[in-house]
Amino acid sequence: MKNYFCAATILAALVAVAFTLRPTRNTSDYDIVSFGRLPVLVNGRVKPVDTVARTSLLLMQGRQRVTSPNGETLTPGEWMLEMLYRPAVADTLQVFEIVHPDLLALLNLTTTDGAGGKRFSIHQLHKGLQELERQSKLADEVESAVRTPFQRATLQLRDAVVLYQRLQTTVTSVDEVPLLPRLAELEKILPTLKDPKTSPDGPKLLELSRTLGSLDQLAYFRPIPPADPASALWRTVGAAWNESLVSGKVDLAARAWAALGRGWLDHQPETFNRAVATYRAELDRSYASVMSRSAVETRFNSSQPFYTSMALYVAAFLFGVISWLKWQDSLSRSALGLLAIAFSLATLGILARMWLESRPPVTNLYSSALFVGWGAVALCIFLEYFYRNAVGSVAGGLVGFATLLIAHHLSLGGDTLEMMRAVLDSNFWLATHVVTVTVGYSATFLAGFLGLIYILRGLFTRSLDEKSAAALSRMLYGTICFATFFSFVGTVLGGIWADQSWGRFWGWDPKENGALLIVAWNSIILHARWGGLVKARGLAVLSLFGNIVTAWSWFGVNMLGVGLHSYGFMDSAFWWLIAFVISQVAIMALAGIPLSKWRSFSNQGR
Amino acid sequence: MKSFFLELRDFFVSLKLTVALIAFGMLLVFAATLDQVNLGIWAVQEKYFRSFVVYTQAGGLTVPIFPGGYVVGGLLLINLVAAHVYRFTFKWKKVGILLTHAGLILLLVGELLSGLWQEDSHLRLSEGQTKNYIESYRHNELALIETTDATFDDVVAVPETLLAKKTSVQHPKLPFRMVTKTYYPNSVLQVRPANAPASEATAGFGVRTLAAPQPITYKPNETNSPSAFVEFVTTEGSLGTYLVSTQFVEPQTFTYAGRTWKIVFRTQRDYQPFAVSLVKFTFDRYPGTDIPKNFSSRVKLKSPDGRDDREALIYMNNPLRYAGLTFYQAGFERDERTTVLQVVRNPSWLLPYVACGLMTLGLLIQFGIHLAGFVGKRRPANVTPTPAPAATK
Repeated sequence: MKNYFCAATILAALVAVAFTLRPTRNTSDYDIVSFGRLPVLVNGRVKPVDTVARTSLLLMQGRQRVTSPNGETLTPGEWMLEMLYRPAVADTLQVFEIVHPDLLALLNLTTTDGAGGKRFSIHQLHKGLQELERQSKLADEVESAVRTPFQRATLQLRDAVVLYQRLQTTVTSVDEVPLLPRLAELEKILPTLKDPKTSPDGPKLLELSRTLGSLDQLAYFRPIPPADPASALWRTVGAAWNESLVSGKVDLAARAWAALGRGWLDHQPETFNRAVATYRAELDRSYASVMSRSAVETRFNSSQPFYTSMALYVAAFLFGVISWLKWQDSLSRSALGLLAIAFSLATLGILARMWLESRPPVTNLYSSALFVGWGAVALCIFLEYFYRNAVGSVAGGLVGFATLLIAHHLSLGGDTLEMMRAVLDSNFWLATHVVTVTVGYSATFLAGFLGLIYILRGLFTRSLDEKSAAALSRMLYGTICFATFFSFVGTVLGGIWADQSWGRFWGWDPKENGALLIVAWNSIILHARWGGLVKARGLAVLSLFGNIVTAWSWFGVNMLGVGLHSYGFMDSAFWWLIAFVISQVAIMALAGIPLSKWRSFSNQGR
Repeated sequence: MKSFFLELRDFFVSLKLTVALIAFGMLLVFAATLDQVNLGIWAVQEKYFRSFVVYTQAGGLTVPIFPGGYVVGGLLLINLVAAHVYRFTFKWKKVGILLTHAGLILLLVGELLSGLWQEDSHLRLSEGQTKNYIESYRHNELALIETTDATFDDVVAVPETLLAKKTSVQHPKLPFRMVTKTYYPNSVLQVRPANAPASEATAGFGVRTLAAPQPITYKPNETNSPSAFVEFVTTEGSLGTYLVSTQFVEPQTFTYAGRTWKIVFRTQRDYQPFAVSLVKFTFDRYPGTDIPKNFSSRVKLKSPDGRDDREALIYMNNPLRYAGLTFYQAGFERDERTTVLQVVRNPSWLLPYVACGLMTLGLLIQFGIHLAGFVGKRRPANVTPTPAPAATK
């Protein structure tokens, strides 16, 4: 019976995972999936247009799905097509999330106007845009660390509106006259056009060239690949057509983007699909590597492995906790199985990201969150394999879930596969220093969570008997040794990198200090234990404080906004950090309750 | 009496002291990190780490509040050495710990030495320009350049610290004394309004320029612009009082006894036995963005003896090491034709590498022993199928 239960759980999880990984299918006559794979250049990276749509939507409204006013659901690809070719329709879609009450009041909106009480269309914002611009200018002058929540909300909305407007002026007209018919006309006369200046269409062409010029200026992404596949000089639609005016030759990519737009605008799925297919065949031939990356990335986008992982981590956590109270064997085995599946899926996701970027796993704050979780869960599986007491599954589920949640919030800032700034552009150091130091974070956090489990389980349940307490304590000690080693080696490698690129091994920069604090704290724990200054409970409390030290060094120092490492700047998370610190201190205080009052230990006395 | 020494010994070798000192160190580092927002990185290092005591200002009083980096680091060093000397017994099991702590001692000593010996300067070069000196980041000098002989300049440079102390300077090469009357560590220059009180300066630019003192700035992106009023005095009387400032681009000139001097207040120079010229500065961006991809400077090195005459490429993560100096790509000017190289002299740069190598090896051995013991102990238990809990159900 027990084995059946375990097998059934794991099978169900596997089926669920397989379901998310299946290839995406079109939901209408339009081949949106193929459209989503078309490569474009944004922020220095060639990515599928599907990614652009998803990251833009995340930035504007914190989710990837769009619901039209009459209740239909649009995929990110469909929304992008509306934005590019039918801006008037797109303008009625409610894709701006506004929650700050003062900002709503400023724009003369109430929660009843918005979808879900918080999402509004650009149409609804229209009257307030001037005031928004004025408020943003005021907020811009304030240093980012001291901005009020209202000012932050204002700037966030302003950025979203700018992104929205630039998307709309990427491939279609920036003025009143529709561009697509004019381009069709141009395509017809181009073969016979000798000199635009002397042609009878001269004035019209000059006007068109001006429109294309401003399109080139305002475009958000560059969809026209360079003639030489090795070159990085992708062009905008406007620039490509303007070049055609001079050379007399129509650019294939520019023609494709116009043709599929006509299909979409005239509700002609066949025209649309043919344009996409022809263009894709051309790309498959000359840009095979770009297209294979694009295919993997869109698949990665639609399967969202980290969300599935997150759900499985929660399940593993719950199964593990319940196993301490009831059905110990079957539940703890299921928990380990679920944890392993979630972990494999997260590994797959991280590997896909590494392949797409051709980079080691950690390149920015987002990927550090993924990797901290990954490392901690790997350790948990190792611990669980040896101890079989569900502690590894519970801790792994908790840390895995928490770090993926953090990652989710970090992903709202835009595309998480960003290009590396000059000083970071070194795969060797990213692979050694950054990875090691991140594993150090993982292990220190894991030790903290094991300490948390020790305290909460001992205090509030009767399940922490002498044997499990001793085992948990040993796990904790081993994890701290591991954490000390990795955070030390990571910090040292950072020093060597700093010596190579800035001319000093150690410069007391905030991020360096943060790493040093982690090493110092771990060595305090070890010395306190070796010196007999703390026993099992003390060890748990000290490692809980390690959570605070690590959170400070991971996020806190970025909030100071000073130093050479402040590339991962973020300010909105400040209150979350404070809340986290308070919660940890509270639990440390709880641990001060005399052991005789702990439910697990008073139980033994009886 | 003996018991006092025993107590002292027990105090210095105790693990409690180790834990307390690391905790003190953590507090120091934490406070120093927070204070960087106010003081900037240089002042923080002086205040917290390169000091014996950290002082704070409370109501106009300077109050010591915390032991500084030298005290905490020094005591930790004593504690470490004492504990090892006292408890030293060689066992293979202890090799890891020994190595780790030996490395740590070396690391602490290395940090002390680099604090004492390391010199940071910079070299600012426009394309085609050649320089045979590097310039200090924070120190200035008042250069008196005798140009009487057209074929060479004879330079006497007075460090800013002497100006700040208002010391009277007499140099064998100069037929006059230099007296600093007023010194501002940071200032702005303005055109002297007509109704302003008479200037302290009696000659040169200072007659028509007003120097307004400013508070010293610690911000990393701002520099202090000191100014001073200096008088040149001979046995026959004063040659005039001049306003000197790092903000004057042009030199001021004066003549005495048929000899001519230029006065320039400038960043302190350190002349080198070789010359560096900038061939080309390159700034690559990712296409379609302003995200920097790489900065690089192609420079030419030339020594007067002709032994070195070659080009080198300096870019991010790839400095040039030459003649005991290391040149790093540090910045550039807006026209993207002028590069700023950071130049570091640190004779003890190798120490941290050795120290960290030792510590890494030590930790690896120590925790490796733990891990091997742990896995070894666990293995047999795993051989027996299904642990006890299932059986009790």
